[in-house]
Amino acid sequence: MKAPLLSVSDLGKAFGGLQAVAGLSFEVPAGCVYSVIGPNGAGKTTLLNLLTGIYRPDRGRIRLAGQDLTGQPTHRFAAAGLARTFQNLQVFFNMSALDNVMTGRHLRERCALLPALLHLPSLARAEARCRAQAIELMQRVGLQAWLDADADAMPYGALKRLEIARALASEPLLLLLDEPAAGLNATEARDIDVLIRELAAAGTTVVLVEHNMRLVMEVSDHVLVLDRGRKLAEGRPDEVARDPRVVEAYLGAEGPAATAATEAAHA
Amino acid sequence: MRAAANVSERGATVAAAPPRRPGAARRGGLVALALVIVLLPLGFPNAYFYEIAILVALNAIVCVGLNLLIGYAGQISLGHAGFYGLGAYGSVVLAAQHGWPVWASMPAAVLAVGALAFVVGRPTLRLKGHYLAMATLGLGVIVSIVLTNEDRITGGPDGMAVPPLALFGRVLQGEPLWYAITGAALWLAVWLALNLVESPVGRALRALHGSEIAAETVGVDSTRWKLRVFVISALFAAAAGALTAHYAGFVTPGKASFLHSVELVIMVVFGGMASIYGAVVGAAVLTLLPQLLTALKDYEMMVFGAVLIATMIFFPRGIVPTLARLAARARRRGDAR
Repeated sequence: MKAPLLSVSDLGKAFGGLQAVAGLSFEVPAGCVYSVIGPNGAGKTTLLNLLTGIYRPDRGRIRLAGQDLTGQPTHRFAAAGLARTFQNLQVFFNMSALDNVMTGRHLRERCALLPALLHLPSLARAEARCRAQAIELMQRVGLQAWLDADADAMPYGALKRLEIARALASEPLLLLLDEPAAGLNATEARDIDVLIRELAAAGTTVVLVEHNMRLVMEVSDHVLVLDRGRKLAEGRPDEVARDPRVVEAYLGAEGPAATAATEAAHA
Repeated sequence: MRAAANVSERGATVAAAPPRRPGAARRGGLVALALVIVLLPLGFPNAYFYEIAILVALNAIVCVGLNLLIGYAGQISLGHAGFYGLGAYGSVVLAAQHGWPVWASMPAAVLAVGALAFVVGRPTLRLKGHYLAMATLGLGVIVSIVLTNEDRITGGPDGMAVPPLALFGRVLQGEPLWYAITGAALWLAVWLALNLVESPVGRALRALHGSEIAAETVGVDSTRWKLRVFVISALFAAAAGALTAHYAGFVTPGKASFLHSVELVIMVVFGGMASIYGAVVGAAVLTLLPQLLTALKDYEMMVFGAVLIATMIFFPRGIVPTLARLAARARRRGDAR
């Protein structure tokens, strides 16, 4: 078996008395679409922020492609091959759409002071290349109509795609998508669905945090269910969907069917 | 350039917006600035106009640097007059008391200020917003107090005389010559700043302003780039300070005061955040305005304040960005017709 791309062991993070993520361990193999689901307050967003170094874990380890990143600043996670999008958009609204995507290539471009200050010809050539690649990416995520737009003039659905294009621009090993379908209408959500499949087919490993169950069930190879910061279940989408503990966490244990299912599971 | 042409072809079929051609705009701007600097003295009736123009150029150099920090990277500094004053005094003290030739004391002082900005910036730039403003304000105040009180070295509140700048045994003096020097320095400052903002470095800086978290997630080391742009802006301020001292022949601690720091920030915001030419325009207008208003005597500050308020209401992004936006809109309307 291949070594996992991302491996998380015994990860924990508390805010005051609240254990947002409690002793979580899982592994994401390379080349799959790995979804994280759970009811509100399950710790999904905290987990994503831990996985990108925005929060520092209280305990546990995070390894990406064999590199221990625990406690490192966010830009080190990026350098190790991780890119993400945000549920609440974090677009650079002070730039054009194209500049947003070009900024995504920060780690792929030589970003040194002196050549920049002196406007060396080699830099101009690299910029032209970077620009062409950014244009290609925008077309790939379906933003060809916004190539000349300023980010602050774009509608919500386009901004969601813009974040994906920016994340892809860094040529990441692992792409974290934080609720890419949230706030989108059915057609737009279906487009995101197609996009995620294309990314996976092209070899990018995707970790998807999503509320839209249809999307999760259609695109995922593997699903991890969180509840109150702990792992409730994991497995193939169809296995997880049938898991009585998952049904209980989402619907509550009041119903007789759920109770019966729980008893069956315990028996 | 080829990529830019590419965009416009595709853009033309799908979007009404005019294509962006950063290369052409950049060359045009630099040529226009050079022409203004060269042709302006033709309209100067006397030496007083040169003096004002030199003052504008010197302030503009500081503002171009400060705009990199405030307008592009989104970090505030209320202490840049401190760097300006230290650049001035540093060069003067080296030249007057340690016998350095001025052509060496100026760059030495500027580099020393850069080193100081690096040391001070490391802990300070971890702060954000109001806290960063407080910390840089503190820095400026300390510099101002030291320059005023260490009278054995600095001459105290009365200031001190400055050895003139000499090159190849010839003393550089006279308003037209200093106009040429400061004009060239301003053009150089604008060129360097434009180069910086139209590069991956410029994008990283604007990213910090747009969303620091997102900047970090695309790999921008926010601490490092904030520190670098802080040092660069301090170097611009110190260079202008050193030039000012050797042009004026006299330095006083007033140039390092908190009030001057605030004036510099106002110039940047007035001219336009994240606009290099905005910094130049802001420095020019706010340096000229008090000269024009002196006729009003007691009402000078009142009218000055009213002009500031009116500008911020009618040009909320600052003069240059607001005008650029209006021009772009007019052009688009013209295309649509």
